[in-house]
Amino acid sequence: MATDSLAVKPARAPIPEPSAWDRLRVNRNWLGAWFMMPAMAFLVLFLAYPLGLGMWMSLTDMRIGRGGSFIGFENYVYLLDDRDFLRATGFTLVYTFIASIFKFSIGLYLAVLLNNNMPFKALIRAVVLIPFIVPTVLSAVAFWWIFDTQFSIFTWLLQKWGILEKNQLINWLGDPLLAQGSVIFANIWRGIPFIAITLLAGLQTVSPSLYEAATLDGASKWQMFRFVTYPLLTPIIAVVMTFSVLFTFTDFQLIWAMTRGGPVNATHLMATLSYQRGILGGRLGEGAAIATAMVPFLLAAIMISWFGLQRRKWQQGENND
Amino acid sequence: MASVGIRDVKKSFGATPIIHGVNIDIQDGEFVILVGPSGCGKSTLLRMIAGLENITAGDIMIGDRVVNNVPPKERDIAMVFQNYALYPHMTVADNMAFSMKLRGAPKDEIKTRVDKAAKILSLSPLLERYPRQLSGGQRQRVAMGRAIVRDPQVFLFDEPLSNLDAKLRVQMRTEIKELHQRLKTTTVYVTHDQIEAMTMADKIVVMHDGIVEQIGAPLELYDRPANLFVAGFIGSPAMNFIKGKIDGSGFHADGGFNLPIAGAPAGSSGKSAVYGLRPEAIRLDGAGLEARVHVVEPMGSETQVVADIGGQNITCVFRERIQAKPGEVIRVSPDAKLTHLFDGDSGKRMAA
Ligand SMILES: Nc1ncnc2c1ncn2[C@@H]1O[C@H](COP(=O)(O)OP(=O)(O)OP(=O)(O)O)[C@@H](O)[C@H]1O
Ligand SMILES: [Mg+2]
Repeated sequence: MATDSLAVKPARAPIPEPSAWDRLRVNRNWLGAWFMMPAMAFLVLFLAYPLGLGMWMSLTDMRIGRGGSFIGFENYVYLLDDRDFLRATGFTLVYTFIASIFKFSIGLYLAVLLNNNMPFKALIRAVVLIPFIVPTVLSAVAFWWIFDTQFSIFTWLLQKWGILEKNQLINWLGDPLLAQGSVIFANIWRGIPFIAITLLAGLQTVSPSLYEAATLDGASKWQMFRFVTYPLLTPIIAVVMTFSVLFTFTDFQLIWAMTRGGPVNATHLMATLSYQRGILGGRLGEGAAIATAMVPFLLAAIMISWFGLQRRKWQQGENND
Repeated sequence: MASVGIRDVKKSFGATPIIHGVNIDIQDGEFVILVGPSGCGKSTLLRMIAGLENITAGDIMIGDRVVNNVPPKERDIAMVFQNYALYPHMTVADNMAFSMKLRGAPKDEIKTRVDKAAKILSLSPLLERYPRQLSGGQRQRVAMGRAIVRDPQVFLFDEPLSNLDAKLRVQMRTEIKELHQRLKTTTVYVTHDQIEAMTMADKIVVMHDGIVEQIGAPLELYDRPANLFVAGFIGSPAMNFIKGKIDGSGFHADGGFNLPIAGAPAGSSGKSAVYGLRPEAIRLDGAGLEARVHVVEPMGSETQVVADIGGQNITCVFRERIQAKPGEVIRVSPDAKLTHLFDGDSGKRMAA
């Protein structure tokens, strides 16, 4: 038998114990760490350093042209009593929340619509992308006109439809509540393409035979969406909504170009307020404190999506199809 | 359970006709296999039965109801797709229960039906797994389980075994066959593998370029192929074809040798014809034709030899183990009773 012949084989020289260096050399984690070094260096230089500096500045009374001295949490304490800051924080949350919900629902709806077969499919998809391609400042200027008191197309339409009296005007960007609504509207308009196109890409990865199987199983169009499309899309939804929430929360350009935070600071987001106080107002320490105050919110958003992003159970296991 | 009727069915994609008038009658409880080369329209026909593809002309009946305009979910059929089309985000149990859930069946009824199907297919230990966590054969069984739970009038299978390895395929072949004997549900099964067709079918439909070439029981197709296409398609290794002329009560090949025939149809002497000779109908015979050996392929149970007879390569299969080397000459002769004759012009079988 084979085992017998194995047994009588003379013993070979024993394999030497691998040295610590040998083990390190073939250790994949160690190697992986080395490969990560360049990226780490970039991140430290361009992300961690500015972030750290900003946080440090928020603990000083630094002004433009004058180095500050450490004042502990004085800036934060001051901000907690500052009505404009509290208002900006509240509005940033509302802005992010409302805009994200609308962007998500309309984006998803558009994606499903665009995923159907229809004439001029490529053209229509390209058209949907337009708000995304136009530079933010340019579209903001367009919105500025759209919401202009004198020349607003909405006012004109409302007059046409007889909802407004002739010559009755609406001060879109002059009234705090209307201005808030207007900038949210502009943000939604601008954010939809990103979500629609990303979700469309996700939809196209769903195998058509799943829909055929569902058809034979007796699913209606809605049930197909609810039980097949939507669950298969959740991983992509988690990614795209994380990005969308982060971008919306830190929005600056649109507000700055449309309202500069006015009227009476009603449309200030934390980012615009920070810029106004820190750069325009010269109080760098206070501006940095406002910016730093965004971090906990962003971290919370990232934490939530981190759990959303975890590979779902059905995505695990080997992929051999 | 129900019979299925396909009457003069035609299908065009845009202006391209794909299926040119097909007639098939499938009895209640029958296991029918559609077989044919790639692109001949098998899947298209199956999808028309399922209602996933509309019908350009003709009628499809399930039971005695014309279903041309009946939506898929009301046809009471279940289909197993080539790629299984399992819902990746549902467990095996949920995959199988999905159709019943949509129908709003009570929970305990769903559970009993799923459990029963799982037991039949030995899937019970896998019910909580996701499709990703299954092997190819297990996925295939889940796809069948999904169909069984529905308890449909008709099962449709589209090449369900083509993704499996050779051994598993043989095993699943038996399992599907057993399943059918147990459930006795009318089944239409598509494959391009003629061995699958021969081993599983009650009735085989050979298709080619959108038409039906022949319908019959497996051995009927093997013993009496209606034309050259069926003769060449059914049987492995494929039948040898030798061109020549009928010469009295024999056959004179263009290669200059004579072959025996079982009997020529009256008045056919002198007509050009094709002589069909299955590899397994050739015997070693010391007084036979000279054949120069090209290739010898020992298969274990039999030996396959490709040899040159009168300038034409002929495949032979022998039960004996033969030791011939390439270049050597062996002597063989056909078993006259097992030969076929086809018309030289139309390719149709000539009645003996
Ligand atoms: N949606 C379609 N549009 C246009 N032509 C199609 C479409 N679907 C199938 N065809 C054509 O119809 C013919 C038959 O296709 P079908 O899928 O029925 O072949 P098949 O017999 O199932 O082949 P296979 O064994 O490769 O699966 C092919 O020539 C194919 O190109
Ligand atoms: Mg096919």
